[in-house]
Amino acid sequence: MNSLYYQKRLSRNIGDKFFTSLSVICAMVAILPLIFLVTYILYKGGSQITPELFTLEPNPPGDDLDAGGINPALIGTLIITTIASIIAIPVGVGGGIYLAEYSKGGAFSRFIRFGVNVLAGVPSIIAGVFIYALIVSTKILFGSMYSGLAGGMALSILMLPTVIKTTDEGLKLVPNELRYASLGVGASMYTTILKVTLPSAFRSIATGVVLGIARAAGETAPLIFTALFSYYYITGFGDLFYEMGSLAVLIYNFALEPYDAQNKLAWAASFILVLSILSVNIFSRILAAFTEKTKRV
Amino acid sequence: MGEEKLTLFKNRKRFGIEKNIDIIFKNTALVLSSFVAIILLGIILVVFFQSFESFSRYGLKFLVTSEWNPVKDEYGAFTAIYGTLVTSFLSLLITIPLGVGTAIFITEDFVPKVFREIIGSFVELLAAIPSVVLGLWAIFVMEPFFRAFFVFLHNFFGWIPLFSTEPTGRNSFLAILILVVMLLPIVTSIARDSLNQVPKKLRNAAYGIGASRWKTIFSVILPAALSGIMAGVLLALGRAMGETMAVTMIIGNSNAFSWSLLSPGYTISSMLANQFGEADGSQVSSLFYAAFVLMILSLVVNIFAQWLVKKFSLKY
Repeated sequence: MNSLYYQKRLSRNIGDKFFTSLSVICAMVAILPLIFLVTYILYKGGSQITPELFTLEPNPPGDDLDAGGINPALIGTLIITTIASIIAIPVGVGGGIYLAEYSKGGAFSRFIRFGVNVLAGVPSIIAGVFIYALIVSTKILFGSMYSGLAGGMALSILMLPTVIKTTDEGLKLVPNELRYASLGVGASMYTTILKVTLPSAFRSIATGVVLGIARAAGETAPLIFTALFSYYYITGFGDLFYEMGSLAVLIYNFALEPYDAQNKLAWAASFILVLSILSVNIFSRILAAFTEKTKRV
Repeated sequence: MGEEKLTLFKNRKRFGIEKNIDIIFKNTALVLSSFVAIILLGIILVVFFQSFESFSRYGLKFLVTSEWNPVKDEYGAFTAIYGTLVTSFLSLLITIPLGVGTAIFITEDFVPKVFREIIGSFVELLAAIPSVVLGLWAIFVMEPFFRAFFVFLHNFFGWIPLFSTEPTGRNSFLAILILVVMLLPIVTSIARDSLNQVPKKLRNAAYGIGASRWKTIFSVILPAALSGIMAGVLLALGRAMGETMAVTMIIGNSNAFSWSLLSPGYTISSMLANQFGEADGSQVSSLFYAAFVLMILSLVVNIFAQWLVKKFSLKY
């Protein structure tokens, strides 16, 4: 009769209690520093925000107490990320279309899918080294060495696997009935893809691509010897062929400076970078959750 | 009315131009998808050929000597390779129990689902924080915070070679800790996904024959999810090896070899980040050689992870 009741002192129950508390401790140890980290970055960076930050050039370290602003780096990040997107999105979406719509699971498509996974695992600094060897040191871009264009190319290598994967997976989720219907009424393959399957997979592809862009915006390693850094305003189209600053490289450079003013600028830049990346992430997650719910109804 | 129907079903031949567009569209997509292979091969070939000079001069000796002297033109990457392996493996050693423990916490019903979902998505959000920002945080918050702890470690465990040097500012131990922060979201979210994929039947069956909760977790659920967790761990290992910015900012960047974790060190990627911009002559080639080593390391880890997933993926 006794065995029907929960017995505290039974070794299995003690063991269970022990492991449960162990996993709670694990979760606490893992999560508390992370919460602290995010709030610290947002607090420390947020307290440095001033209107001049967005309009001024950063001052070279050392000469005075005022560090200036981050305008060139902010614009530079936008430009470099845009260049990367312009390269990676068409190539990635096109490649994803081939994998999902045309390939029949043969050796070639298996090899490409494998390659996508491998490329996603290539360290980001290797992408920088590759572009350095290919473009910066050969001066192949009209004689310019370090340039925003080269930086964008390095970033596009990192974005490419993400874009292909999300396109491939997004298209695979489109029900085959839609394709049969479209082909059945006499549409050609490309009309089917452009007018039927791509639009119905658009939300999921867009979410993945946006997350990929957000990720690329924070990458530093591929930029430090492709785009390098610049203290000066970006004035025109020609600046694409010269050194270009970015928020990520600004944080890296100014974090290592011994001067307080530069360090504060690095915190302010981190705040802007983290806040924009996090808000893009949260926004796209909410959007994805929302569309999932409406689809089910 | 009848006429309209007729036009609707009138035979319409596809124009030649439309067929051509179709073919062009398909081939464009084919070419675009092969870009991945071209870039991947390009990276391997370019890095290999650029490192050729150094490779033919030092051969495999490059991997085991730790002299790095641009003045005397002598190069060996042992310090960096040791640093890469030690930081990535030790950080994984700390991350795996923490990450898997957190994943179990999220997938079991210890707390209401809302809390678990919040914790889960919060951990995923953390993966999005750029590593350069983590590096900044490590320099200004983590390093001062752990200073006393390092002194304590050295005073009491100084006889272990890993803690044998006097702690001075940035060191490899801090690099390991910041890597833990970076890897935790990866390991946790992949482990959580693989735990969630284990069919409910298995759990119910184990409960049904009288297994306790943790008996079920250890003997049924974790083994079933093991391949997924292992793959996640290997992916994290690849990330740890290639991780550049946060490590570069906190590891201290010194090429003087030391077994100790409390002395400044180097990893391959931090060496590249530090020296690539100003290098010239045979130093560039040696840096490419180091980059090649890093690439091979991460390729092996990644390919092994993919093989593991394919070989042992759940078959329920």
